[in-house]
Amino acid sequence: MMANTKLVQEKLGKGLLWVCAGITLAILFIILAYVVKQGLAAVNWDFLTEMPKRRGRLGGIYPTIISTVYLMLLSVAIATPVAVGAAIYLTEYTKDNWLTRLIRFGTESLAGIPSIIFGLFGYIFFVLYLDMGWSIISGALTLAIMILPILIRTTEESIKTVPISYREGSLALGATKWQTIQKVILPSAVPGIITGVILGMGRAVGETAAVMLTAGSALRIPETLFDNSRAMSVHLYLLSMEGVAIEKAYGTALVLIVFILFINLATYVLLSRFAKKVS
Amino acid sequence: MGDVKISVKDLNLYYGDVQALKNNNIEIKDKRITALIGPSGCGKSTFLRTLNRMNDLIDSVKINGTVIIDGKDIYDSQVDVVQLRKRVGMVFQRPNPFPMSIYDNIAYGPRIHGTKKKSNLDEIVEKSLKAAALWDEAKNRLHKPALGLSGGQQQRLCIARLLAVEPEVLLMDEPTSALDPISTLKIEELISELKSMYTIIIVTHNMQQAARVSDYTAYFLNGDMIEFDETEIIFTKPLDQRTEDYITGRFG
Ligand SMILES: Nc1ncnc2c1ncn2[C@@H]1O[C@H](COP(=O)(O)OP(=O)(O)O)[C@@H](O)[C@H]1O
Ligand SMILES: [Mg+2]
Repeated sequence: MMANTKLVQEKLGKGLLWVCAGITLAILFIILAYVVKQGLAAVNWDFLTEMPKRRGRLGGIYPTIISTVYLMLLSVAIATPVAVGAAIYLTEYTKDNWLTRLIRFGTESLAGIPSIIFGLFGYIFFVLYLDMGWSIISGALTLAIMILPILIRTTEESIKTVPISYREGSLALGATKWQTIQKVILPSAVPGIITGVILGMGRAVGETAAVMLTAGSALRIPETLFDNSRAMSVHLYLLSMEGVAIEKAYGTALVLIVFILFINLATYVLLSRFAKKVS
Repeated sequence: MGDVKISVKDLNLYYGDVQALKNNNIEIKDKRITALIGPSGCGKSTFLRTLNRMNDLIDSVKINGTVIIDGKDIYDSQVDVVQLRKRVGMVFQRPNPFPMSIYDNIAYGPRIHGTKKKSNLDEIVEKSLKAAALWDEAKNRLHKPALGLSGGQQQRLCIARLLAVEPEVLLMDEPTSALDPISTLKIEELISELKSMYTIIIVTHNMQQAARVSDYTAYFLNGDMIEFDETEIIFTKPLDQRTEDYITGRFG
């Protein structure tokens, strides 16, 4: 009898968890299906390759794709070296003391700050104070600061999971600490760092408020880093706000989602290749 | 009788407040195999790691006493730890090849110590693999991942990797405890072959192994070095009752 009630409880619990997982998946699926259904009508080759007309009500979204790609690549290119350096410093060169705890607390807090605050900071510091104007570079620098915490954290985690035996093996051969970091620890941490970079890219691509305040919203193809340029996310936001080109907005949303899915897929392929190569 | 390579005097080691080595004294002979035996937790690994200063990596460790290798105190502030570790190499309990190719594993040491030329590296890789009795198994897969080798092969790879930096002393911390009997036998044969060129100190809790491969044996108990003598004497007529109890299996 006792065993029986336990069995029922077990089954009930399992069922409940299944329902939760099911709901999550269903919501995700419904959103995706909805955007695909609404957006598909707008998306075609011209939509991807043509300039917008009448502030986006007609034509394509070509320039916004270009500026999103620029912002994404540039922000990651700026943030990654800084984050890797910071993570190495935190994990390898400091002991656990109040200073490192303060730095960690700082980066964690940075991760929780609403993006509009980063936007405001970027606007005041890069756009106005450093006089970079609304530009790709202002936007990318702001995004870089924003994704720094994720990158530092994932890099730190991946450095920490490198087995101590690799470290000892290297040091016991007469390698210096720096050689060990460079040749053994960092290469083993690469998959983790790539994961962080992808998460960062995803965040940079999806970010709206901070980008609008720093990169601007001009509908044109950026030719230099100092050009004012509208990202896809900003375009989507402005179109939906104005409420006059809903179809184009859904089209943009669809492209944005496919873009992010593509980045994730690329990472996945990259990482599994990498895993095969070493083991 | 051979020369003394390493001479340890009044060595004490503490992990924080806990004393792990108590007043150890030992003289290790050049180009001989010395075995360290004793129940687990008695300080064998700790002792071994004082000889190449691997304990420096642990913050809580405090050491006093002297460890003299080739007439120089290795704990002297003038000593270059990197150079020391090149001369006094170590093989670990679990094989720990790096996640790179067999070739790169062996070339790792020579590269960090400045050998750049491919032809030189090729030569070192071949020589080291031959010396570690791994050449025939590895020669056709030099550029394959080292982690694809079997456990026993990985351990011989780690020995080859060590030989590639031309050390004088080999420290081996239970190098066969994670291996099957056949791989163990191969490593033991290898160790016997290496004796003519290297001073070898091997930790083992397998007494037959100590008896088979070593010339000298030290018996540790709770951080004390109870007895140190020729292996034959330790295993046939030990002076200390505690050694005899351990050897005969009445304790441990
Ligand atoms: N990093 C460490 N910090 C604190 N105590 C340690 C550490 N490493 C080993 N010890 C302690 O030192 C003693 C000796 O350990 P060890 O040298 O590993 O013994 P053995 O190799 O003979 O099994 C044990 O009591 C162990 O718990
Ligand atoms: Mg041990």
